[in-house]
Amino acid sequence: MNTRIAFQTIVRKEIGRFMRIWPQTILPAAITTALYFLIFGQLMGERIGDMAGQRYIDFIVPGIVLMSVINNAYSNVVASFYSTKFQRHIEELLVAPVPPWVILAGYVFGGVARGLVVGCVVMAIALLFSEVSIQDYGVTLAVFLLTSTLFALAGFINAVFANSFDDISIIPNFVLTPLVYLGGVFYTVDMLPDFWRILSLGNPILYMVNAFRFGFLGISDIPLWQAFAISGGFTVLLALFALYLLQRGVGIKS
Amino acid sequence: MQALSLRHLRKTYKNGITALNGIDLDVDEGDFFALLGPNGAGKSTTISIIASLVTKTAGTVSVFGYDLDRQRDLAKSCIGLVPQEINFSQFEKVFDIVVNQAGYYGIPRRLAMQRAEQYLRQLSLWDKRDTASRQLSGGMKRRLMIARALVHQPRLLILDEPTAGVDIEIRRSMWDFLRQINRAGTTIILTTHYLEEAESLCRNIAIIDQGQIIENSAMTTLLAKLHTDSFILDLAAPRAETPAVAGYQLELSDPHTLAADVPKQLGLNNLFAGLDAQGITVVSMRNKHNRLEQLFLDLVEGQKGIAP
Ligand SMILES: Nc1ncnc2c1ncn2[C@@H]1O[C@H](COP(=O)(O)OP(=O)(O)OP(=O)(O)O)[C@@H](O)[C@H]1O
Ligand SMILES: [Mg+2]
Repeated sequence: MNTRIAFQTIVRKEIGRFMRIWPQTILPAAITTALYFLIFGQLMGERIGDMAGQRYIDFIVPGIVLMSVINNAYSNVVASFYSTKFQRHIEELLVAPVPPWVILAGYVFGGVARGLVVGCVVMAIALLFSEVSIQDYGVTLAVFLLTSTLFALAGFINAVFANSFDDISIIPNFVLTPLVYLGGVFYTVDMLPDFWRILSLGNPILYMVNAFRFGFLGISDIPLWQAFAISGGFTVLLALFALYLLQRGVGIKS
Repeated sequence: MQALSLRHLRKTYKNGITALNGIDLDVDEGDFFALLGPNGAGKSTTISIIASLVTKTAGTVSVFGYDLDRQRDLAKSCIGLVPQEINFSQFEKVFDIVVNQAGYYGIPRRLAMQRAEQYLRQLSLWDKRDTASRQLSGGMKRRLMIARALVHQPRLLILDEPTAGVDIEIRRSMWDFLRQINRAGTTIILTTHYLEEAESLCRNIAIIDQGQIIENSAMTTLLAKLHTDSFILDLAAPRAETPAVAGYQLELSDPHTLAADVPKQLGLNNLFAGLDAQGITVVSMRNKHNRLEQLFLDLVEGQKGIAP
């Protein structure tokens, strides 16, 4: 059994899907982030001045790029896998000798690819407003890969449990968005009163945003190794959980 | 060699419904097999378990000797499934659907595209190759499911009501097509509610009712069990009362139409002779039910009789 061909087939289909419907999958991120850069960066940024020794617009660019990566990796997988379930063509995969890990890897890869495409588009827009550059490509790439994989996995698990279209928007709206906004995209946690700063340290996204910002600007509120340990740890846990769910057929087999 | 072998197969769904109550079934390699039964009997449940779409509660499934639990991938590669419910990605194009399915079976893309073309042509869908699946008619979707099920050239093709909602002409051409691939060596299992379809295609048959096999034999053996044939006779001249011919159960349903139950051992000649003697002319006649339909009704009705 040639699992490589099965994997390529899933990936080709996944990438084809979000490319075909780019006005829904790529354009919105481009528009929202352009607005962020315009309003927070240009208009308000002038008044805010420096943040952690950087121009404010430069400070927020890494977080905004990572925010779009997170949202898009997540929503690509949750929407695609849920509709695969909903329209029942998941059966095309279930009848065939495709091992669960290949199904999972295929969908996650699709989410990472969408994160990459959107991340690059947002980065290109950022360059219109700021002069930010990437100082450490290795760290930037590693954080991108870990974060997009992690949220693609989370989107997959969400889709497994979802029974309606409402279920696929609850987590993004009520969990993901607040965590991202409170994850130090727009400010450094050192500004916060102790209570809020310590609370913020319980937010895993804070670590990823800071590590990503380190890749761009060479500054971070937290040590890098913590960021990698946390995102790596969560990635492994979610991957194992998603595999277990697939193996058991939870949400897809009666 | 057995293409399929089920032992003590049971399924209780999460909602507590027991759909299968311990099924044993064997289908020989090369067979054209009919799995019949009323709505809700458990046909689709059986098929879905064989195709790994539903998890079984107990029992074993083996496909060409491969155990579905222990040699799942080998077993899966032998099976092609045409499910009862349409299950395409709505926006995917006809050609891509078939090619991608081949990809899931590990078939290299170039070969997959050749096969897709071959089967789409055979099922008269080649013109529609660039159409999104949701824009196909119901009959086209059924044919597309057949093309998709064949793309990895399975040794066992399982079709769950493939001709539901398909017009007569297409249905006949589907039959020819299925006969042809069966002759070429593919074992076929088919469910249908059109019993004349099962009668004309299938060599062996199982009838399932309320999650149990109530009949399993060769089609000819089964049809031989039918002791009486029922006919409808159209009369030349209207009659007021039912004529009588010894040995036959006759009933006048209207002045021009006579229903006759004909015991096999008496045959038809005696009936016509008897009617002739009374000056009754029969213009034409037809079977009241399809023969298999008659048997099916008897068996399923009989089953209801013994059910508590
Ligand atoms: N996913 C499911 N969850 C719960 N019960 C189910 C499910 N699928 C089928 N059933 C029940 O199992 C029984 C058998 O259903 P099945 O679909 O196997 O019948 P069938 O023989 O294919 O009928 P039909 O000829 O109508 O297609 C029915 O009582 C049905 O309600
Ligand atoms: Mg059914």
